[in-house]
Amino acid sequence: MSLNRRGFLGLTSGLAVVTLAGCGSGATSASSTPRTGGRLRAAFAGGGAKEVLDPHLANLFGEAARSKAMFDKLADLGNDVSPQPRLAEKWEPNADLTRWRISLRQAAFHDGRPVRAQDVLASYARILDPNRAFRAKSSLALIDLPNSRAVDDRTVEFALKRPFGEFPNALAAFGAYIVPEGVEDFAKPVGSGAFSFVSFEPGRSVLLKRNPNYWEGAPLLDELEFVIANEESARTNALLGGQVEYAHDLTPTTARSNASGDRMTIHRSPNSAVQAFAMKVDRAPFDNRDLREALFLLTDRPQLVESVLAGSGQVGNDLFGKGYQHYADDLPQRERDLDKAKFLIRKAGAEGLTVKLDTSTAAAGMVEAATVFADQAKGSGLTIEVVQGNKDSYWADTLKNGSLSSFRSGAMPIETHVAQRLLSGSGTNVTKWARPEFDALYEKAVSTSDPAARGEAYREMQRVLHAEGGYLMWGFADWIVGAKPNVGGISTAPANTLDWARFDKVWLG
Amino acid sequence: MSLASYAVRRAALGLVQVLAVVTLVFFLVEALPGDAAVALAGDNPDPARIAQIRAAMGLDRPTFERFAEWLLGLPQLDFGVSLVSGRPVADFLFGGIGPTVALAALTLVLLVPISVLVGVLAALREGSLLDRALTSISVALHSIPEFALAVVLIAVFGVQLAWLPPTAVGADLFAQPAVLVLPLVVLLARPICSISRLVRAGMVDALASDYVRHARRLGIGETRVRFAHALPNALAPAVQQVARTTDWLLGGVIVVEAVFVIPGLGTVLVDSVAARDLPVVQGLAVVFAVTTVAVNLLADLVAFRLAPRAEVVA
Repeated sequence: MSLNRRGFLGLTSGLAVVTLAGCGSGATSASSTPRTGGRLRAAFAGGGAKEVLDPHLANLFGEAARSKAMFDKLADLGNDVSPQPRLAEKWEPNADLTRWRISLRQAAFHDGRPVRAQDVLASYARILDPNRAFRAKSSLALIDLPNSRAVDDRTVEFALKRPFGEFPNALAAFGAYIVPEGVEDFAKPVGSGAFSFVSFEPGRSVLLKRNPNYWEGAPLLDELEFVIANEESARTNALLGGQVEYAHDLTPTTARSNASGDRMTIHRSPNSAVQAFAMKVDRAPFDNRDLREALFLLTDRPQLVESVLAGSGQVGNDLFGKGYQHYADDLPQRERDLDKAKFLIRKAGAEGLTVKLDTSTAAAGMVEAATVFADQAKGSGLTIEVVQGNKDSYWADTLKNGSLSSFRSGAMPIETHVAQRLLSGSGTNVTKWARPEFDALYEKAVSTSDPAARGEAYREMQRVLHAEGGYLMWGFADWIVGAKPNVGGISTAPANTLDWARFDKVWLG
Repeated sequence: MSLASYAVRRAALGLVQVLAVVTLVFFLVEALPGDAAVALAGDNPDPARIAQIRAAMGLDRPTFERFAEWLLGLPQLDFGVSLVSGRPVADFLFGGIGPTVALAALTLVLLVPISVLVGVLAALREGSLLDRALTSISVALHSIPEFALAVVLIAVFGVQLAWLPPTAVGADLFAQPAVLVLPLVVLLARPICSISRLVRAGMVDALASDYVRHARRLGIGETRVRFAHALPNALAPAVQQVARTTDWLLGGVIVVEAVFVIPGLGTVLVDSVAARDLPVVQGLAVVFAVTTVAVNLLADLVAFRLAPRAEVVA
């Protein structure tokens, strides 16, 4: 009994010390002034067997964040998701946009070798290897590599297969990292990024250290460790328990319940992920434009944002890329109009029709959104039946099958969204949107160097999509990251952009 | 039947079982919708890209060809290479086996003495207040799922009171044994209940049996009657249950590993099934099949030795 009590007292006095220490750091608000030193541990969801250090194979958020810490791209996406120069100091197209001259900044790999034009060409050649399937391949596919050349060590001239004014978007593509020429083994990766490699335990942890010679200035942290915790609750608990200082990808519920506490600070990145339903326009019943408009009109967007995203987001207007460069923010916001929706459903002859809505747990909130949406459709004449599919093959399944499905996408330039999903020849065209006049508008946008003409083409494309497209984009979710209150310098840029998960700007107070 | 011939017969049967399990697993995973290429493509399921990934992985080769190639590698302990990451499957197995075996061994080391003690204690005081209290506690505890218990323990002892680390994120299990405490409690909770109930029931039966009465008539001391005569017979059914528990522990206790972020075999299994990483799944199937067969073989032999009358027919 006495032993038990002593043990208990020991533990509680320890707890008191912890509490006092917590108060001390909270009072001075140490996170406001940048400081050097320390090791930051960041918890991400991982893929176990899927995890790799090869930056060209990066697929998961954790891999993307690690790649970003160790490697650089020629360009990356800014806060408005427009391309910003990185390793490329500047880019200049020729008059017809078919040749681009890129000047590299003075930068070095972690082993001291300079980053040369040859490394850039070799990296892109590796991504474009016809026998491999790297993610950035489709973005870089328009490069005519045999006709591209290194003008000198720090100048590359890319030849393109067709005129393309948005080429800098390709340089910022997901996974288009520059690696040293000839490297195939990424067991001990060497990049030009802000942190250099120390050790890797697959599925558990990657330890990196400060690169004092980083071209943009050395990071503030001494060390950066990525650890893997697949369950959101585990990431939250690890942060609350002091085992990590940064937890990536938290739910709105967690954010809400910890927002007022002093053990966790919540950082939100608005406009990070669009939430949508995709209607296939090439088949019944959504080949009928009236029925698509009816779905647009029966959706109660504020209710979806409130219930599915727990308020951590904003309503969408059936267009991708809210807040991004070229976004058509002058189009009127759609509101729920059940009477008009009913009328359109009757007009389309779809009264009494039951439509299957395919969904899965492949992305957070999709099943919940589908259920709420099915509820909102009650009384409209249309019955929506939610069907939950296999989450591991969901994206490939919905690309081919069904007529209505849940959809979600991270941030990318509007041009990339159009190129990958809305052209007749797009590889991931879920809505089966295929119109020659729309393709022509896209061609016009990317082949003109006149900014006014380009902006007008983007607006026209978005007007068409808003009026009769297949994507019902009902909301934009905030990306939520939790950190210890003493962590400073965390940006609120959309996920997948330059400043997201950017640890060279972060410090421990 | 002698112990030796019994052992040989059971071992031969075990080998057949392992082969059957492994074959079954291969074709079941093959039958899942989507393959490694689809899983890897994720939310960028461009058909051209999926076809390319498939070709790069050799998934376009016939199923039987891939199965035969893998089976032939097994006798040389060649488990193949992970489709997704290109690392040898053996790396995954060795990486995951340490934490899982450590957890399983610690659980067993605590489980066996505690549950025998509790069971015997309850049996000797059959019907007493102590017996009834132990019964109620074990029934209540046994009805709580691991997941729920883990969540409660983490919330109270990990996060609220901060006495123990709430997860094993980024920790070295052996250098920081504190991270093992909560997972161990969760792992122990249910087996302690079931095994101590079995020991209690066996002990009650044994104490009431003819041979114990006979031993007492012969004037053998009560302690000797209880622990040398009654207890071994009472343990036979419990040994089988311990074997089943060991299987369960070696299977990685997926829930416990996920909640506490312990990078063991269960985590490897979940990840590799999600990624349709067939070679890794197969390698795990071999490990699980071999351990299950071995553990059950051992349990049968121990039970055979403890109570030859209760011979288990193989």
